[in-house]
Amino acid sequence: MRTRADYVIVGGGISGAAIAYNLAKKGETDIVVIEKSYMTAGATGRCGAGVRQQWGTKMNCTIAKMAIEFFENAEEILDYDGDIEFKQRGYLVVASNKDEDEQFAKNVALQNSLGIPTKHLTPKQAQDIVPHLNTENMTSATFCATDGHLNPFTMTDAYYKAARRLGVKIHTGTSVEDIVVENGRVQAVVTDKGTIKTDVVINAAGGYAKQIGDMAGVDIPVFSQNREILVTEPVEPFQNPMVISFSKNIYCQQVPHGAFIMGRGDDREPGLSTESTWRFLDEMAKTAVGLLPPLGELRVIRQWGGLYNMSPDRQPIISGTDEVQGFYMACGFSGHGFMFAPMTGLLLSELILGEETTVPMDELALSRFDGKDLEAYETSVV
Amino acid sequence: MKNEDIVICRCSDVTLADLYELFEQGYDNFEELKRIARVGMGPCQGNTCAKMIQWEIAKYFDRPLEACAIKNIRPFTMGVKLQAIKEAAEDED
Repeated sequence: MRTRADYVIVGGGISGAAIAYNLAKKGETDIVVIEKSYMTAGATGRCGAGVRQQWGTKMNCTIAKMAIEFFENAEEILDYDGDIEFKQRGYLVVASNKDEDEQFAKNVALQNSLGIPTKHLTPKQAQDIVPHLNTENMTSATFCATDGHLNPFTMTDAYYKAARRLGVKIHTGTSVEDIVVENGRVQAVVTDKGTIKTDVVINAAGGYAKQIGDMAGVDIPVFSQNREILVTEPVEPFQNPMVISFSKNIYCQQVPHGAFIMGRGDDREPGLSTESTWRFLDEMAKTAVGLLPPLGELRVIRQWGGLYNMSPDRQPIISGTDEVQGFYMACGFSGHGFMFAPMTGLLLSELILGEETTVPMDELALSRFDGKDLEAYETSVV
Repeated sequence: MKNEDIVICRCSDVTLADLYELFEQGYDNFEELKRIARVGMGPCQGNTCAKMIQWEIAKYFDRPLEACAIKNIRPFTMGVKLQAIKEAAEDED
């Protein structure tokens, strides 16, 4: 175990991997990543493996689009010998009432203005894309053909392998127990395997981001919530896009190896539990078979839960803080940390090194919650 | 029999040779192997491969068998159709 490092990153999910890679690529290679379990053991490895650009806030659209552009070339950029399974087969977003339809018209106009090629479709046009879609009680849909699927495990592995080649050290099976702050500056990270002196700590702890913030005395206004998900046996391909609905509370895609993955976001007490419940299973089965009837014939083989780390405006917090010099965070992704990761890594590395950032980061700063009215609120969350 | 002909994970078609290659790359535990090679993620949920992989990890890395953890046990124990779950849920409603 190292006793000193220029940067200590807490969390071995995709955010930590992308931040490590981006810093290392900029020449800052003295980095230690601390992960209490395994690579992608937290939210990254539990997510729905979708990547989309169809958002309701300008910030989310902007970073999602740039992230997709990275994924298109990620295997070459990271020189990865595996398969990240990036498949752009689109996201079909279903509206089931007038309010939602009106919101989607605004979303599509925003997305188009930012160069995202989303189309507003009639139920019939939606059925042309997903023939087994039940259009009963459906008002309209939106479709973006360049959204898609990405494998969370291999995408993270690709970042880690590239980061390791640049000299980044990764300690799995290691827990952070405390962060030492003196005179308003980060001094060290205490783990169960020893203490690492450092000037910079980066909180990429996903569902545990608030607890890591507390260790440094930084109050981050996020909370975690269990979101459940299931997977079926693999079958021959018959559904190209991810199908989602905010009002029906479902996302559902057939992944490249043939299984269907589907989840929903039942409102739960905040907490760190990732339990699997029969209530989720019942509601998920009713919703999925109602919207996509042939799925009734598929066998569920596994269910699990994972943590959404929710921020007040459901946009990420990618930020430093005046309270503690040297403490940075990438959290509050509200269920979308996987798909934004390339921008998380890029923007935070720029911020830390004092470079001009690729996009203005005021709307991602922790200070945006300092008693001011929020400028934006993301409604497009399952 | 050649290692490339010995199928360890039947659901995801992973051979003993594949496993050794992953060991050489540094994936030395079931959780990481699962994430990279999909072992334990298919219809049998590791009921076929998990014990064999545990043995192979122990042998290859010269560790005691009990030090090699295998998979998490998650629902389900066998596949159930979504339609059957939906109908049962509606009966209860």
